Amino acid sequence: MKGRFALAGSHIGVSIAAFAVASFMGVLQALSIADISFPRRDESLFYVSVTAHGVLMALVFTTYFIMGLGYALAEVNLGRVVGKAAAWFAFVMSLAGSVMAAVSILRGESTVLYTFYPPLQAKPSFYIGATLLVVASWIWGGVMLASYRSWRKENPGVPAPLAIHGMIATILIWYLATAGLAVEVVGMLIPWSLGWVATIDPLVARTFFWWFGHPLVYFWLLPAYVLWYTVLPKVAGGKLFSDSLGRMVFILFVLLSTPVGFHHQFVDPGISSGWKLAHTVLTYAVIYPSLVTAFTIVASLEVAGRMRGGTGLFGWIRKLPWGDPFFASIALAMIAFVFGGWGGAINAAYAMNGMIHNTAWIQGHFHVTVGTTVGLSFMGGTYWLLPRMTGRALRFRALAITQPYLWILGMALFSTSYHIAGIRGLPRRVYSASLNGEQGAQWHTLTVIAAVGAVVLLVSALCYVTVAVATWLGGKKGEAPAFEFAASLRPPVASMWDRYGLWTVVAIVLILLAYGYPIVHLLMQARYGSPPFRPF
Amino acid sequence: MNVEFYEKIWMWAATGLLALFLGTIVIGAASSAVHPPGKLETVDPTKLLEHPEFSQPGVKERADGSVVVVVLAETYAFTPDPIEVPANRPVTFRLTSSDVMHGFQVVGTNANAMAIPGYVTEFTISFKPGEYTIGCNEYCGVMHHNMVGKLIAKEAK
Ligand code: HEM
Ligand SMILES: [Cu+2]
Ligand SMILES: [Cu+2]
Repeated sequence: MKGRFALAGSHIGVSIAAFAVASFMGVLQALSIADISFPRRDESLFYVSVTAHGVLMALVFTTYFIMGLGYALAEVNLGRVVGKAAAWFAFVMSLAGSVMAAVSILRGESTVLYTFYPPLQAKPSFYIGATLLVVASWIWGGVMLASYRSWRKENPGVPAPLAIHGMIATILIWYLATAGLAVEVVGMLIPWSLGWVATIDPLVARTFFWWFGHPLVYFWLLPAYVLWYTVLPKVAGGKLFSDSLGRMVFILFVLLSTPVGFHHQFVDPGISSGWKLAHTVLTYAVIYPSLVTAFTIVASLEVAGRMRGGTGLFGWIRKLPWGDPFFASIALAMIAFVFGGWGGAINAAYAMNGMIHNTAWIQGHFHVTVGTTVGLSFMGGTYWLLPRMTGRALRFRALAITQPYLWILGMALFSTSYHIAGIRGLPRRVYSASLNGEQGAQWHTLTVIAAVGAVVLLVSALCYVTVAVATWLGGKKGEAPAFEFAASLRPPVASMWDRYGLWTVVAIVLILLAYGYPIVHLLMQARYGSPPFRPF
Repeated sequence: MNVEFYEKIWMWAATGLLALFLGTIVIGAASSAVHPPGKLETVDPTKLLEHPEFSQPGVKERADGSVVVVVLAETYAFTPDPIEVPANRPVTFRLTSSDVMHGFQVVGTNANAMAIPGYVTEFTISFKPGEYTIGCNEYCGVMHHNMVGKLIAKEAK
């Protein structure tokens, strides 16, 4: 590892380790749901495992990869990371927090799942550990913004490189989102778990959780989009179709990703249907930047395919570098998003939501979206980053190129089955699809197919981890390939989309409009708190 | 911003598509009263035993002939169980929890709602005749998967 990339590399290393551990847990969970027995299968371990898998995948794997990617992009695009001491401090702090939370989960003291809805109560170390991870990520955001400002002083009037623009949008979303989380965790859960207050309002806590929980998905997605917009067209051998649309897309996410959380609470009491409908409207608006992205990226790939000599309406598709591990991962991640996005539009549909809310459909849905669109993009990103950061060539290239195809195959089996089982009413997060032992005939075959898919996913995950670790430790040393980003067909121009301060203010106003009245209204009721419960 | 001709077409098409989706939802909400639960009613979860309604969960017929089902969700059971309701008639559920959050899902129907301690969830739906499984679809503890009930919708004779 070259010194310059030590920060980025350390973060990505943690991310890969978390992913490896959580993958094993995922498979065991899928076997358990399908009633396929294995040694030491039991109820309480299942829920411990789902808690650990959810936290490790959704919070550790993703957040560390994003932080590592951010540092690498700052080094390369801005030529600097300002405040390295703070960055290392944050790294140690986040590790301490993650270990604290992990120990608490693995001891079976905090089996509250990664959504930790009260009045289920975890040990204080679970909440405090998670808080340390989040505060560390705030420091990461601060370091990134400081690096940008330092670059900005030397480069007045030039639009930020698109990759940095995308990371800044990611960071703004993260600050807006985690404000809600901080209210819930620091303001409510920690005092309650320490016994300083006796009761908690579960609905208020849940509302703040989803203030955070939905933009969380854009915090995962935008760094993947950064790779799609800035690296993919280059690797494919073409150019980015439109730089300015890319800039607009990232800012639209800053505006629209937070004020939509009620679409996770459609069937909750206490929030009026009018406000739920308002969040639905904004939820559909946030589909728009993804539709624009679909156009820009596919058009960029068409440019690449034609530059490679492809002809005809679809002939350019075959000319794309499907044998490149980075390209294949990202292209398959994008195809997955067509299905994931379609499922998301169903989840958000006010009236259809009742059919699938909290069913197995949901785990089918988010394994396609975060698990594949984001996860596979990050795996592809690793294949791109590692040789460039370490100067070592990818080892086991054959595994690296098989891996994304295996992932898609496994995910198709896994996710399709759970989607169908969900429509047929299988509740999510269940130890066994036979529920109390007397149900489940209608779901059994589907959950077995999902388990087969999970085994394929594990094989794919192991390919990824093997390639990454082997490259890191034993890849052939040589000249590191350059970090190259796609040029735009039309050169970037400074525009209103670069006015981060302004857009942050607009985003805050939108959040206050979307949440202000319903939350105040809720807080003004005569409410009754809940004491803690630990039924695990 | 310089936007290409094809981009413009796509952007308008995307706008149109989303407007269509939203239009369907809004018209549905306005005309056929497709509404998720939206009422704000609180209740003390630690005093449900003394509560006039939730101390006696069950199926009740109101004076105006409408049917109300009062359901209590607790780790790991729904009361009453089974729930017997008339088929093909609107049935109003009033649901709460005495401990943690639970889900109340009548498998194979759109009856799907959260039970949150401290709040009453109210929604109305009708069933075709038959026997249905009720599942808890919000993780509520180590026996969450075991939290199952039954609903029987009977045709009026
Ligand atoms: C080896 C690949 C994977 C397998 C076999 C797998 C399998 C599973 C299974 C069986 C569940 C339990 C679902 C339920 O009962 O509700 C689950 C939950 C979950 N998985 Fe995965 N998964 C994999 C990869 C991922 C990835 C890459 C991510 C995200 C980056 C992810 C995120 C989650 C989350 C957030 C949960 C939810 C936990 C909860 O409901 O509290 N998984 N996974
Ligand atoms: Cu339950
Ligand atoms: Cu449950």
